[in-house]
Parts: sequence; structure tokens; C-alpha cells
Amino acid sequence: MKELIYIIASVLFILGLKRLGSASTARQGNLMSATGMGLAVIATLAGSGFAWGWIALGIAIGSTIGAVAAKKVPMTGMPEMVALFNGSGGIASLFVGWASQVNPPGGSLTVAEAIPLYLAVLIGGVTFTGSLVAYLKLSEKIDGKPIQFKGQQIINIALLGALLVFGILFSLNFSGLWIILAVVLSFTFGVMVVIPIGGADMPVVIALLNSYSGLAACAAGFIISNTVLIVAGALVGASGLILTGIMCKAMNRSLSNVLFSGFGSAVAGGSGKDVQGEANPISAEDTYYILEAASSVIFVPGYGMAVAQAQHAVKELGALLEKNGCEVQFAIHPVAGRMPGHMNVLLAEADVPYEQLVEPEDVNPNMPAADVAIVIGANDVVNPAARTDETSPLWGMPIINVDLAKTCIVLKRSLRPGYAGVENPLFFCENTRMLLGDAKASVQALVAAFKED
Amino acid sequence: MREQISLVERIQAQLQVLQESLVAHQAEMAEAVTETAAVRESGNLGLTLFVFALAIFLGVELITKVPSQLHTPLMSGSNAISGITIVGALIAMQNVSGFAAVTLGLLAVITATVNVVGGYLVTDRMLGMFKSKKGGQ
Repeated sequence: MKELIYIIASVLFILGLKRLGSASTARQGNLMSATGMGLAVIATLAGSGFAWGWIALGIAIGSTIGAVAAKKVPMTGMPEMVALFNGSGGIASLFVGWASQVNPPGGSLTVAEAIPLYLAVLIGGVTFTGSLVAYLKLSEKIDGKPIQFKGQQIINIALLGALLVFGILFSLNFSGLWIILAVVLSFTFGVMVVIPIGGADMPVVIALLNSYSGLAACAAGFIISNTVLIVAGALVGASGLILTGIMCKAMNRSLSNVLFSGFGSAVAGGSGKDVQGEANPISAEDTYYILEAASSVIFVPGYGMAVAQAQHAVKELGALLEKNGCEVQFAIHPVAGRMPGHMNVLLAEADVPYEQLVEPEDVNPNMPAADVAIVIGANDVVNPAARTDETSPLWGMPIINVDLAKTCIVLKRSLRPGYAGVENPLFFCENTRMLLGDAKASVQALVAAFKED
Repeated sequence: MREQISLVERIQAQLQVLQESLVAHQAEMAEAVTETAAVRESGNLGLTLFVFALAIFLGVELITKVPSQLHTPLMSGSNAISGITIVGALIAMQNVSGFAAVTLGLLAVITATVNVVGGYLVTDRMLGMFKSKKGGQ
């Protein structure tokens, strides 16, 4: 009976994940997956000998923390929140592993249990502190810059070596001493592998750590030969890895480059051609005249828009343009925002219907026909050097070809390059106009101009 | 009298032999039991590894088809699924005794619940905002 419910729960996880793949069914998919989780918990508790009081206490505390955090977090803070929840799942697997050493499930341990037990502790520990460092970097509680020092790789290799040795020793005598050492070392290792990675690369790290927390749960499943843990853990492990790959591709980086180079040193390979020319500034008033006459406008929002909290103003401008008989689209680069798909969430929060959100490969063919492309707080993802300059570090990265639109208006605080430190020739194109200043104020000025009309 | 004593001695000796053979048998039987358990376990392990391998491939197949606009809710939703370790945490609280085991089990339940409840709620909150032109509002 229990196994049957576990199978139903696993099926719900699979269907749920599948439904998360389309905007119209995603919410339902999440609900299915939550139902599966509820069923798995109920089936597990349909037995005897449970410490009911402690379980009730634990679930009450955990639910309160989780629910309050989930309700309170602002949408811009989503990447940090996912990092924290992920860390929580990681350390849960560590505790499950450790508890199984202190109080073995079958009375005594076997080697077949000791190996996954050690892995659950190890992966869970790395996931926990790694996620914490990612959280601290994303919330800017610590400097987002990569922290690198001499001998870092040697320390990491030594840590890995020690973890391997302790693992072998543990599978020989099952002593708790090795588990305590593994907890300390895996915590240290988690910090060590994330500090050399720059804040801008944290989303990749979270995706990877998400995959780890799945694998940790999977390892916990092998300790107690529990199929639902193994299936769900493996699903998350695989999906996290695929997501990591997709993100790296969108950023034109390889995973090893993200993990080992530190950001900034990646640029050392070539700084691109020097861009000479003069940027053409434009006033909000003139921008209004251009937009007023346009019949198709493509917005290209970037993280700068979220920083300026301009998404509601942008949505309003989009609605006004539509009322003016103009076709409006939002071109979203996969890595716009602070996490892939983050920009979609921010625009969804501002009530932009998701049909208006399009991906680069769908919008680029229509670009030459577009009257105006408005770039708001995006930089590297619209840099034409990715197409034209082989020496540029951005060379080959998929971008949104705003330079091909009839007119391109760039809302920007200053003419400084983006976070990759690469000059953007877009700013000096003949058909580009720079609307300098705070993005929110600029968009609000445009909205006001439309309303006056 | 003497005969009686020798009879008792003989019976005692017999009992001794019986006991010895019983002990030997028990050990043999115990060995047999552990052997079958080991066989069963290795069979189990094979099956669980098989399930694991299939689930990995399934996970890969499911995710490659997701459009990038849904990557953030997907990450958050799959992160909630990794909270499945709550099942392990609950099992750790079965027939639990001793301060260390209870503490570890309790911490496991708390942290796993944070992951599950927080993960699903925040994903639902995000997805609730994705509105269609025709549908919502």
C-alpha cells in the first residue's frame, strides 16, 4: 500500500515537472507536485513508532518559517530566496544522513548504507554552505566580487582528498567521528567552491546547487532504500544539471569557466576592439514623438530596469502604446534579470500578459521590421559585438539584435560598459539614441507625455 | 545409587551434546539468514540503481523542453521537490531514542519542511502572477 502511494507521488512529481514547462499549466503542475509531496508524507507516517510530538513540533516550526519567508519575499529578491530554501533542503539531507549513523535504520549499518549515508552528509553540507554564500553574494551582504587567492586550488584538492579518505574510513568502521569530520570539511568545501565565483554568476551556482540538493536527497533515499526519495531526488538532480547547462550557454560560458575562472579573468582573453564614435543623446520629449508615430515597438528590459523598480512604469507605457494602435512586445533574454526567467517573473508581477514576452530567437527575425526598440537597463545582451567582433569576449553569445531596428532608444544612467566590462558599439550606431538618466524617471516622463495628449 | 548417578551424568552429557549442536545450528541458521538478507539487499540495490538511472534520464527529457521564461519558477518548483528528503527525516523519527538522534531528526524535519512549504508557496506565488491576456484580470 505504502509503495503504491509512493508510486503515485512519483508520477505526480513527473507530471508536475512536465506541466511546469508551459505557462498555462505551470501553476497546476506545481500544485500536482505539492500533492505528490503531501501523499508521500502521509504514506510515510502511516506506521507506528513515530515520535509524534517531535514531528509535530518540527513541522510546525518549519511550516511557519517557510510560509512567512515565501509570503514576505519581494519578487526582486527571488534568487536569494531560492538559494536559502535550497540550502535548507541540503542541510536536511545532511541531518538525515547523520541521524542514520547515530540511529541506524536496520539496527546496524552495512556498507551499502554507509556509502550513500556519507554522500548525503557530504553533498548536503556543500549545498548548505554553498547556498548560504550564494545568498550573501546575491543580497550584497558580502562583496559580490570573486575572492581568489594563491593556493586556493591546492586547498580544494586537499579538502576533496581528505573527504575521500574519511569516506573510505567511514565505510570500514561506521564511526561517527568520520561523519563529524565530513560535516566540518563539507561546510568548508561549500564555502571554498562558491567564493571564487562572481555575484553575476550566482544564478548558475544556484542551479547547480539545486541539482546537488536533489542528489543529496537521492543519497538519503539509498540509505533507507526508499524509491520515492530516489526518483524525486534524481529528477531534481538531472533537471538542475540541464538548467545549469542552458544558463551557461545563454551566457556564452562553459561551466568550468564559470566555476574555476572567477569573473573578470574570463575577459582577459580579449577585450574586443576599441569602439570610437559619438553617442547621440535624445530628450524624453523627442522620444515621445518617435514612439507616438511608431506602429511596432519592442521593449528589451534588463536587470537595470529591476534595480530602478521601473517595471510598473514600463508596463504602463506598453499599455498606452497599445492603446495608441501600436504593436508591443517584450524581448526577454534568457539571462536578463538576476536569474534565468527572473525578468519574466518581474514583468508578470507588473501584470504584463505573458503572450507579449518573447524570446530572442523569436523576436530577432522581426527586428528589421520594428519601428523602435527600447533598451531599458540591458547592456551585454544587446551588444552587437557578439555578432560582429571576433575578438570580443561576448563573441558568439546569443543576443537581441536591437541595432537592426529602424530606431533604437537606449535608456541608461551613463555611457559606462556593462558588468562584463565590454564596450558596447550599439551606443554609437547611427540609428541609436541615448536617453540618459534614471530609467524609472525617463519612462515616467514618457508615460506623462502620452497621458497629456 | 551409583547407577542413578551415572544415569544423571549420561543424561547431562547427552544434553551437553544436544546444546552444542543446537548452538552450532543456530549459528548456521543465522548465517543463512544474513546470507539471504544480503542477497535480497543486493537485489534491492540493483533495482533501486535501475530506478535511479531511469529517473535521471526522465529528468533530462522533462527539462530540455521548458522555455526560458519559466526557468525561475521551474528552479524554485524543482527545489521544492528536493524537499522530498522530508520522507527521510520522518523515517529518522521512527523508533528514535537518545538525545543525539532526536535532535538530528528534529533538525532534519524542520529544515526539510522549510524547503517543502516555502518552496511550493513561493513557486505558487510567482506562477499566480503569470497572467494571460484572455484569461486573467
